[in-house]
Amino acid sequence: MNRMRARFVVLHLTVLALLIVLGVRLYQVQIVRGKEFVADATETRTRAVMVPALRGQILDSAGRPLVRNLTRLVVSVDRTQMERMPHAGQEVLEKLSAVLGTPVAKLRERLRSCGPGVSRPCWTGSPYQPIPVDDRVTQREALTILERQEEFPGVTAEIQALRDFPGGSDASQVLGYLQPVTQEELEKRQGLKTSFSGVDLVGRDGLEAVYDHQLRGTPGLRRVQVDRMGKAIGVEQQVPPVAGDTLITSIDAKVQSIVEKALADAMKKAPQADGAAGVVLDVRENRVVAMGSVPTYDPKVWTGGISEKEYQTLLSEKAGKPLVSRAIKGTFAPGSTFKVSSVSAMVADGYPINGIYDCPGSYMVGARPFNNFRGIGLGPMNLHTALVKSCDTIFYRAAYEMWQRDGGMQPKSNAKDPMAAMARAYGFGKLTGIDLVGESPGRIPDRFWKKELWAATRKTNCTRSKTGYPEVKDAARAAFLKQLAYENCLEGFQWRPGDAANFSIGQGDVLVTPLQLANAYAALVGDGKVRSPRIGWALIRPDGTSAKVIEPPVIGKLPIDKKTRDYIRNALSEVASDGTAAGAFGGFPMDKVRIGGKTGTAEVYGKQDTSWFASFAPTKNPRFVVVVMVSQGGMGGSAAAPAVRQIYEGIYGLTGQPPALPAGHPAERLPVIGPDGTVKR
Amino acid sequence: MSAPITRIRKRSLASRAIGTDAVVWRMDGVLLVAVAALCTIGTLLVWSSTRTWAAVEPTGMLKKHLLILCVGAVLCGLVAMVDYRRLRAYAPVAYAAAFALLALVITPVGSTVNGSHSWIMLGGGFGLQPSELAKPALILLLAMLVSEPAEGTDRPRPLDVTLALLAAGLTMGLVMLQPDLGTTMVLTVITASVLIFAGIRKRWIALVLVIAVVAAGFVWFAGLLQPYQVARFTAFMNPASDPRGVGYNATQSLIAIGSGEVYGKGLFEGGQTTGRFVPEQHTDFIFTVAGEEFGFLGALTVVVLLGVVLVRGITIARQCDDRFGALVAAAIVCWFAFQTFINVGMTIGIMPITGLPLPFVSYGGTATLANMISVGMLQAIHSGRRT
Repeated sequence: MNRMRARFVVLHLTVLALLIVLGVRLYQVQIVRGKEFVADATETRTRAVMVPALRGQILDSAGRPLVRNLTRLVVSVDRTQMERMPHAGQEVLEKLSAVLGTPVAKLRERLRSCGPGVSRPCWTGSPYQPIPVDDRVTQREALTILERQEEFPGVTAEIQALRDFPGGSDASQVLGYLQPVTQEELEKRQGLKTSFSGVDLVGRDGLEAVYDHQLRGTPGLRRVQVDRMGKAIGVEQQVPPVAGDTLITSIDAKVQSIVEKALADAMKKAPQADGAAGVVLDVRENRVVAMGSVPTYDPKVWTGGISEKEYQTLLSEKAGKPLVSRAIKGTFAPGSTFKVSSVSAMVADGYPINGIYDCPGSYMVGARPFNNFRGIGLGPMNLHTALVKSCDTIFYRAAYEMWQRDGGMQPKSNAKDPMAAMARAYGFGKLTGIDLVGESPGRIPDRFWKKELWAATRKTNCTRSKTGYPEVKDAARAAFLKQLAYENCLEGFQWRPGDAANFSIGQGDVLVTPLQLANAYAALVGDGKVRSPRIGWALIRPDGTSAKVIEPPVIGKLPIDKKTRDYIRNALSEVASDGTAAGAFGGFPMDKVRIGGKTGTAEVYGKQDTSWFASFAPTKNPRFVVVVMVSQGGMGGSAAAPAVRQIYEGIYGLTGQPPALPAGHPAERLPVIGPDGTVKR
Repeated sequence: MSAPITRIRKRSLASRAIGTDAVVWRMDGVLLVAVAALCTIGTLLVWSSTRTWAAVEPTGMLKKHLLILCVGAVLCGLVAMVDYRRLRAYAPVAYAAAFALLALVITPVGSTVNGSHSWIMLGGGFGLQPSELAKPALILLLAMLVSEPAEGTDRPRPLDVTLALLAAGLTMGLVMLQPDLGTTMVLTVITASVLIFAGIRKRWIALVLVIAVVAAGFVWFAGLLQPYQVARFTAFMNPASDPRGVGYNATQSLIAIGSGEVYGKGLFEGGQTTGRFVPEQHTDFIFTVAGEEFGFLGALTVVVLLGVVLVRGITIARQCDDRFGALVAAAIVCWFAFQTFINVGMTIGIMPITGLPLPFVSYGGTATLANMISVGMLQAIHSGRRT
């Protein structure tokens, strides 16, 4: 038995050794590395869920919603989780398909990421977010999914707020739209990085983009305890979300609607028109009362994922690029509406304001005759009549004389360029700084600009001056182009007298946006100060207190005195009754509201004229500036002016309809928002 | 020299159970208390890990576990009352019965649960795993076969050893057919321990070791292992290689235990347990619940209690002056020690994942019964010793 006893001793020692090994290892795991595993445990056991804050509404100046929230039951699918399942979650998707009545293939389409070769419907957002596959589910469908979570791993149904637009397509380019946050944006935004919410949408255009931060609010955090299957079994930590601020705008929904209708009607009346824009400004504060651009679109297409067809339509030339706001991005030659700047330049340059100027049918600018409209001479007149009748030759002469005083083809180093300087003082050629994205600065051409253009185009021009334009069929046209190329090659860097003459009547290379023009007129008929226009008026916190009142900043002052401004305003006050817009305003009750303005008919090579009417009312103490531009609309008096008339009729209620603004002026006080979100007017 | 035989007076079962010289008073108290404590802790852990199950009511598994423990306790008591020398006579019967049940598993009567074709379903949610019963049965048979030393030596006769190997081989063969690698390993340990303590020569031990290594190599390289078994081993060598797949169990198990720290999160308060992150937590991974909810102190208590059982078993074996009794006790100790070390070791990442339950703590019907019967045998050997 001794051998057995010896072996028992070995067994005894072995058992003790093994137990000690276990004990030491336990000590190492639980005490030495305990903290590390506690952290690991928290990570595996809990899931941080961003609770999206309710996005703030966008209201008009009377507190009417322009953009509001609708709550919908949305079903989302976590793609990462799907991909981990056998056959990429085919079984789950089949079950989901049965509940929602959507084919599995359709669900799959919405789950794939957009990218080269993958057209919409596809997911533009982060692949780590749950992807909404249906935003119009019924309570029953949602409950089916929520109650049988084991059967639907990775699928959630939750109440989400969707953007709703009570005004339909009204002001759609101004309001902008939301799109899922992209992976890059997500990584830039620290706060969103851990987000697992499928509603992380970002404002992509318009007010939604500019005020995105304020409208968004602060998302809440819910640290949810989950089990192995990812099913939530409790809440560990909860930070409630703070809803976004409400944005009150100076837009009046009724006026906006009138503008949209006027623009649409103008498009209908001018058969070749391919776009139109209208801007209504509050003269006193330079706030935007309405801003429209047609063709337009219904922003509802963005909600719940846009289809490839719809998306392409929005971008297509054929549909008139309805995403683009022509009011701020469309640049056109302003035509005669620009003469207010030229008159101001003349006066500022020493031309007597009450002087008499000859308006011949044609004026020789250098070696080339520049004609009046239709070549008709109107005889001697003052500047007042020059504006009312829209004489061109007076401005050609002034521009030519100024050009000569600046040194002509050998410009002085300190050339004054009075016309260009005045145009810039009116805010042309640079951004107005409105609270929208994608604004165009337009163009105020001058010597410097010519030089740059020449440097950029010299090579082509010089080649063409030798080779000509054999591909152009019209022989006369080809010869003209060849001559032009030759001149441009030789002296294209020169600011020639013709350039100066064209500039003076808003032709040639001058380009402005409808908003710039409206802004310039507001400065002219207002207090002479140039302001950066604003659409946002105030930001109101969810509890009803004011977070911020947005004031349109003064960015410049017109370098002309009040006398000159009043003179020009008085001249423009006769345009609608006795001048170039008299036809469009025939029968208009000028005794009730007198309208002032200036028509513009800008020639565009190979296209119909751009039709403009820049106006203000009432003429005595202007409260509104209304500018309408109809691209390829023809004469200013025939396309744009009637649209402007329609807008004033709506604002003041002159055609039997109740007035859109009964007070006769834009809202002067902010609507009061109660803590419960109700609006007191 | 032949083993002395004590004549036992015929007495009623009741008087043997509770009489003044009843078995219960002669039992090893420390062993009894340690086993009872382990069973109590195990019951709490089983409750904690199964109360969140969706399929059964919160106390459903707890009740089943308690019922099994009651049956186990009765069996333990009954076996403890038997004179262990009489067990020797029952050995062939027990072995034949276990063997028959094992064979039955291979027939269509057997059922597959969790990928292991090792069950005979009894209905009512209860099943029988004959491979568990084979463990004590094989111990008895092997101990019987080799306890008679060769004339003039204290080493077993070669014929007996051959027979023992044959019996063990047949049993393991049937278990391998299921296939159940874990139980096969336990049966190997049992066979080896009986032979070693029976006094076979060191060179035989060496030979057996060499054969074991060669066999393991053959099994590994001939591709006899299931892919999941290979993967488990790979995952053990490098748990990070596949944290969502095979390494998942190992990783989650470590997280659960490690996050318990010194004092644990408290019964029912373990987030990893409540979230059921560790698979098979009420059976093979029950130790993770102890680690998470009772902390280092609790987990160490479980290890110490198991150590007490093992050490008492060794003491019982040493104090037994009968070769058969000593061999049975030693084999039981080796079996428990092996299962304890493998099971706890795998949950704390020092052993590969193997489907072996933790004695007295894990939920498991037949395994618990086999454990309790074996404790009964230890008690019988203890109380039957000549003092």
